[in-house]
Amino acid sequence: MSDASPATSTQLPPSSRSARFKDKAFRSILFGSIVIAIVTLIALLVDIYLTGQPRLNADLFQRFASSLPERAGARAAIAGTLWVMGVTAVLCIPVGVAAAIYLEEFADKERWYNRLLELNIQNLAAVPSIVYGILGLAFIVRGFLGLGRSVLAGGLTLALLVLPIVVIASREALRSVPSSIRQAALALGATPWQAISRQVVPIAVPGIATGSILALSRAIGEAAPLLLVSGLTFITFTPTGVNSEFTVLPLQIFNWTSRPQEEFKVVAAAATVVLLGILLLMNSFAIWLRNRYQTRW
Amino acid sequence: MLHSSVTVQPPGRRARGLSLTRTRPRYGEALIKGLLVLCATISILTTVGIVVALAGPTVEFFQEVGPGSFFAGTDWAPLFSSPRFGVLPIVTATLVVTAVALLVAVPLGLGAAIYLNEYARPRTRKVIKPILELLAGIPTVVYGFFALTFVTPLLQKIWLGNDPPGIYNGLAAGLVMGIMILPIIASLSDEAIAAVPHSLRAGALALGSSRMQVAVRVVVPAALSGIVAAFVLGMSRAIGETMIVAMAAGSLPNFTLDPTQPMQTMTAFIAAVGLGDQPEGTIGYKTLFAVGSTLFVATFIMNVISIRLVRRFREVYE
Repeated sequence: MSDASPATSTQLPPSSRSARFKDKAFRSILFGSIVIAIVTLIALLVDIYLTGQPRLNADLFQRFASSLPERAGARAAIAGTLWVMGVTAVLCIPVGVAAAIYLEEFADKERWYNRLLELNIQNLAAVPSIVYGILGLAFIVRGFLGLGRSVLAGGLTLALLVLPIVVIASREALRSVPSSIRQAALALGATPWQAISRQVVPIAVPGIATGSILALSRAIGEAAPLLLVSGLTFITFTPTGVNSEFTVLPLQIFNWTSRPQEEFKVVAAAATVVLLGILLLMNSFAIWLRNRYQTRW
Repeated sequence: MLHSSVTVQPPGRRARGLSLTRTRPRYGEALIKGLLVLCATISILTTVGIVVALAGPTVEFFQEVGPGSFFAGTDWAPLFSSPRFGVLPIVTATLVVTAVALLVAVPLGLGAAIYLNEYARPRTRKVIKPILELLAGIPTVVYGFFALTFVTPLLQKIWLGNDPPGIYNGLAAGLVMGIMILPIIASLSDEAIAAVPHSLRAGALALGSSRMQVAVRVVVPAALSGIVAAFVLGMSRAIGETMIVAMAAGSLPNFTLDPTQPMQTMTAFIAAVGLGDQPEGTIGYKTLFAVGSTLFVATFIMNVISIRLVRRFREVYE
């Protein structure tokens, strides 16, 4: 028995006119939900671009924050975003890929501790981001690690936030490598680690890279944890090192939006356009990477 | 999964004294495996860290403020000089905004999922799915900005009653949050609906059902556990969301069920206290952790339910 897809299967039309009308109306309503979603998306993008357009110039990149909206710029925020992203990437990608390799290649899935590990990662992926901020505030900024409100603290908090995403994406990438590759390597006398590191991982790299870029783009847009870790201190300098205070684009946007003056909303919109532009670049790069280097089996 | 500890015993082994097991232990392999395990356990450390970070100050908080007056009180002013600790205003605010968000996201998301599976051509589906994923990739600050600067003025302009919403209101935040969680509900429902075997649809069509009847009476009930999982996960996400409500719903606690009023949710409160830089050890500082614990426990329970449901529907059909 062949399985035709519902959209192409022949079907006797409903017999009565009211039944046909109901069917058409139902289909239109369903399509309408997609239309509403897309229209909202377009409205959002257009509105933000139009609002921010007056301030989309070099000033935005060169000036620092100021209490006067005409003199405010996002230079500190953009630099801070790049610094924090660097720290986050360095911390979460190696650890995440290593954890994924363990879970996918070495762990015996019947053991309770490995199942607990998997469940734990799935749970962490759904914990509200502000709870990570509480964790950061309690243990990373103050408390045990005591790093203060530094780039390192912010990067570490965000790394913990997106670690589950990197692990899950890397596991998918590793899973897509056919087992014949592993078995052939082992049959030729490779140790398990040789088989993984020299055969499986290189094939999975495009998927891992795509997943990591998506995780980083999620981290770039996160403001809630950094609200608690860094706060809204008035930053008028680019970070001097991993120990310096910082601010990031989402925090700056939040800060400016909360000010009463209308002109600040314009600058906030302009900064939002920059943020969305960075995200668009990153995601396009991830998609290009996947399409260019992904091997099809 | 790589097992190289299998021992093969050829017949007559004892007689010939040959062994096919490893003759030397591989220390390098064990070291590498240990490093990998270490990286995997960082996730456990994160969870333990979250629980420990929340538990200590929360316990201290409840020793000073009784659980009864916390969970049942309706006056929330923990940072005032004469503090009151009734948490209900911020809890109801969270629930009101979440309810509005779900009222938007569930019909739209489920409708989109049904359309993509039952009616759309494969090419249409390939175009629409990424666009819906785009909604999920927009930072929540951007959504908050949109709610404050576009949705609220729009609501004020088209409001039909006497009392239009103010600058800060839960309705705009809820509507925009609904758009934000729409992709979650849509993609999980889509997965659940796609997993329903085609034989069920074919049987219903053969018996003379219209496509609408197939979708509503056969497919959706069959995919129900996945759809409920999507609903629960969306609800958990909406409850835990901070930026949209912090920017658009306001920072004044307000015990009301009316979404057109300004209100402060649990997450917005945590953000406000965190920004206010309370000194460590004060009751104000501990309030942050008490509310954080409530939030964490609520979303944790919902996440566990959702994961269980997803596992169940994946097992049934695969």
